[in-house]
Amino acid sequence: MRKVYHKILQVSGNVITVEAEGVAYNDLAEITTKRGVSLAQVIRLNHNKVYLQIFAGSRGVSTNDEVRFLGKQMQVSSSENLMGRVFNGAGEPRDKRPAIMEKMKEIGGPSVNPAKRIIPKRMVRTGIPMIDLFNSLVVSQKIPIFSVAGEPYNPLMARIAMQAEVDVIILGGMGLKYDDYLYFKNTLDEHGALTRTVMFVHTASDPVVECLLVPDMSLAVAEAYAIEGKNVLVLLTDMTNFSDALKEIAITMEQIPSNRGYPGDLYSQLASRYEKAVDLEGAGSITILAVTTMPGDDVTHPVPDNTGYITEGQYYLKNGRIEPFGSLSRLKQQVNGDTRKDHRAIMDTMIRLYSSYKETCEKQSMGFKMSNWDNKLLKYGAFFESRMMDLSVNIPLEEALDLGWKTLAECFEKAETGMKTDLLNEFWPKT
Amino acid sequence: MIERNTGQIVGINGNMITVKFDTFVTQNEVAYAVIGDKKLKCEVIRIRGANADLQVFESTNGLKIHDMVEFTDELLSVELGPGLLTMVYDGLQNPLDRLAERTGFFLERGLYMPPLDEVKKWDFTSIVKVGDSINAGTYVGRVPEGIYTHYICAPFDLKGTWTVESIIANGSYNIREKIAVITSETGDKKEVTMTQRWPVKIPITCYMEKVSPEKTLITQNRIIDTFFPVAVGGTFCTPGPFGAGKTVLQHSISQYAQTDIVIICACGERAGEVVEILKEYPQLEDPRTGRTLMERSVIICNTSSMPVAAREASVYTAVTLAEYYRQMGLNTLLLADSTSRWAQAMREMSGRLEEIPGEEGFPAYLESLVASFYERAGLVKLNNGSLGSVTIGGAVSPAGGNFEEPVTQATLKVIGAFLGLSRQRAEARRFPSIHPLESWSHYKSIVDEKMIEKARQTLRKGNEVNQMMSVVGEEGTSIDDYTIYLKSEFLDSVYLQQNTFDAIDGASDEERQKHVFTRVINILDARFNFKDKEEARKFFVELRQIFIDWNYMKFKCDKFQYHENSINSKLKEFAHA
Repeated sequence: MRKVYHKILQVSGNVITVEAEGVAYNDLAEITTKRGVSLAQVIRLNHNKVYLQIFAGSRGVSTNDEVRFLGKQMQVSSSENLMGRVFNGAGEPRDKRPAIMEKMKEIGGPSVNPAKRIIPKRMVRTGIPMIDLFNSLVVSQKIPIFSVAGEPYNPLMARIAMQAEVDVIILGGMGLKYDDYLYFKNTLDEHGALTRTVMFVHTASDPVVECLLVPDMSLAVAEAYAIEGKNVLVLLTDMTNFSDALKEIAITMEQIPSNRGYPGDLYSQLASRYEKAVDLEGAGSITILAVTTMPGDDVTHPVPDNTGYITEGQYYLKNGRIEPFGSLSRLKQQVNGDTRKDHRAIMDTMIRLYSSYKETCEKQSMGFKMSNWDNKLLKYGAFFESRMMDLSVNIPLEEALDLGWKTLAECFEKAETGMKTDLLNEFWPKT
Repeated sequence: MIERNTGQIVGINGNMITVKFDTFVTQNEVAYAVIGDKKLKCEVIRIRGANADLQVFESTNGLKIHDMVEFTDELLSVELGPGLLTMVYDGLQNPLDRLAERTGFFLERGLYMPPLDEVKKWDFTSIVKVGDSINAGTYVGRVPEGIYTHYICAPFDLKGTWTVESIIANGSYNIREKIAVITSETGDKKEVTMTQRWPVKIPITCYMEKVSPEKTLITQNRIIDTFFPVAVGGTFCTPGPFGAGKTVLQHSISQYAQTDIVIICACGERAGEVVEILKEYPQLEDPRTGRTLMERSVIICNTSSMPVAAREASVYTAVTLAEYYRQMGLNTLLLADSTSRWAQAMREMSGRLEEIPGEEGFPAYLESLVASFYERAGLVKLNNGSLGSVTIGGAVSPAGGNFEEPVTQATLKVIGAFLGLSRQRAEARRFPSIHPLESWSHYKSIVDEKMIEKARQTLRKGNEVNQMMSVVGEEGTSIDDYTIYLKSEFLDSVYLQQNTFDAIDGASDEERQKHVFTRVINILDARFNFKDKEEARKFFVELRQIFIDWNYMKFKCDKFQYHENSINSKLKEFAHA
């Protein structure tokens, strides 16, 4: 029988302090209050003082409440039976079905040895030209959707998840609106994907700190499945909420903040989660698609900024479209050389011309006379936006490439594209 | 044998533990926290009264108050000897391939392995004979290591002059075998093997003097070698926001730079990027030697999800290895990606120590640490008169892409070349996105300074005209100004921009750069007779097309010559005599 402690010395934010012996760092405890039982985690030890972060929040914690140390770290089941189930941020069933206790696995485990990774080479086809053609998504990539509140980032994420051919989908929701949770559930159900989905959902009405465990649990389960040879897609939405929870704890612990109140280790914290994306030698893979909402559409805000340095690119969703500028897939070079030989050339040329179009738009808005070249660009820009950027377009990559050539030929002379001559001779549409 | 020095844990906060020690501790010594049958490596970073604060190089999960800590009385060190090349290490010099053989997919904490192959036999040839006097760093013998001769140096920490008492006969030995015995003036004896240990945070200083770096290090990147050159033994940094192509640029430099040894330090960055190097370098050929790139490389890889404290150690491990090969008279290039992550690791630790923070939470000693790191670069005259060098290139990842932040500023003060990457250029797909107007270099270019000044002026003026045009419009711009603008755009697209992913365009050697740049300057010098802007634009578009095709052709092959002629004839269409 484990010892029960009754004397809480300090309650500050969501962190409580008790005096206890023989407690290990990062261990779990249960605290029983008038409101019920909540999990807590050891986040600092100082002599016999133990600092615990309470996942359900400290509201209603009384100094004589009961604290019981469980003598173990946070664990999650990695059983096959998880599929089709929904859990909350503390890993408890949310769907009124029994808890699963088999194949328990510690969360936040060690990182994969870089020597056991392989170079990602498999493209994920999404049917979205702004992704397939311009910023190809690759198996084992970690990539966030940068967006602002109100943009359709969750539907975009759900759409990619539905079109991607993966064995398992794991949804980690942090601060998810209840509507969005239902949206995911219904979409998955419609496409018959619910039975191969595991959901860890922390909704906006749950205690803030509880979302801290969501990425770790989702990724621990994903890792277990990937080792068994499955290709797993992990959806994390919204990582900004996760970062804000980290900030809250850091400030309670009186850590020195680095930038806008966020802790100095925000980069390492985010990286240790995102880096779980992997293509394992001789086993499965983990692909991470996340959402990072940017407060005030500011990409230099600490959360998107740190995220950008960690992830392999980002999709920048603005005004309901994936913007070609600001979006980037770092792994596209791994796959777009093997699709069709005009893929890279079309990608570079179309973006460069669209960039010129944007400059022309500026000139136009200032009332300058449009030259012949400007008019060509204006025509091109309109085509580009309707044929490539519009999110309702759903065509395979090859069709998108042909459409690209068609668009170029309709607007420009061959030499104006600045492409290599042999490609132009082969692909330029004959009239 | 002294009794083992121990202590016990009295506090745990993240990856920092506070230990009450029994007898004495040394600042920066290595200790091990004992947890079950495992020992976690730590380093003493602060001593206060009877308590020492230690940073733990592993996850501290599960450690308890009163757990035992063993002190080693040795500073954090690496092992130096034959067999370092082609290895892939973590920040503490654990060989990752061998760890993978032991533990499979995951890195297990508390598992440390010898960094060098202890079984492999090396063909040893002695250089000194019995009775010779030697000093720290004297070559005792040599073994062949791949394409290089690996000199076995006398321990770098020898004080005064020692005498060789015995030396082993030439033959095959492993690194643990005793190859020599040496005696000091006071009669102390020391055994020498092919390896030695050296504390990473202390520079190796067994050389006569540092000399000033003069020679240009050819990186085969046009914009670097021509406009912002790096010297052999110099320092440079490549700051840039995410997505600006820092890592691609570093890979390109590591691949094409004409240097003997490349040490790649992936410090707190993505694992995927290291994997590319790991899997591709054993296949890619180094044109200088005809062997694979891996044979001239050592990779230190402490990616972002690996323990933070080891990340801090990794840059020191890397620079120590670079200095070691410098001692053999080789030119080494250290590429650290990214030094910002290293600085962040220091910030995390400083925060845990509750030190008074400087700007943006970085410790106040950030600048001096950054400076002393870059100061370990240099061209040195070794004691035997030959030259060796360490060139350091650091990527910097400034928060928000803002170069005003502390790490970039601290770095700018101490480096010789600043290659600033720009988000605007990256978004316009102008790669490498080194900003041609904001970057600078103190080193000597491969082409004549006057020609560069001319090109720079064109870029500056072209930029001015472009800005003016956005105010007054194209129609308000004179044809002469417009031509200057077109010339600067031309220079940018055919010379400054380079396709790293193309085998030919990606690597442009010194001769080719000189040849092509002279041609570009001819065009910038030429005076043209255009009847209107449309004609001018069309001319440059076509010229650019021929030039880009030309860039993709093998230097001096028949097609290359043919294209050069067509550039000349194109030029004659509109140029004055």
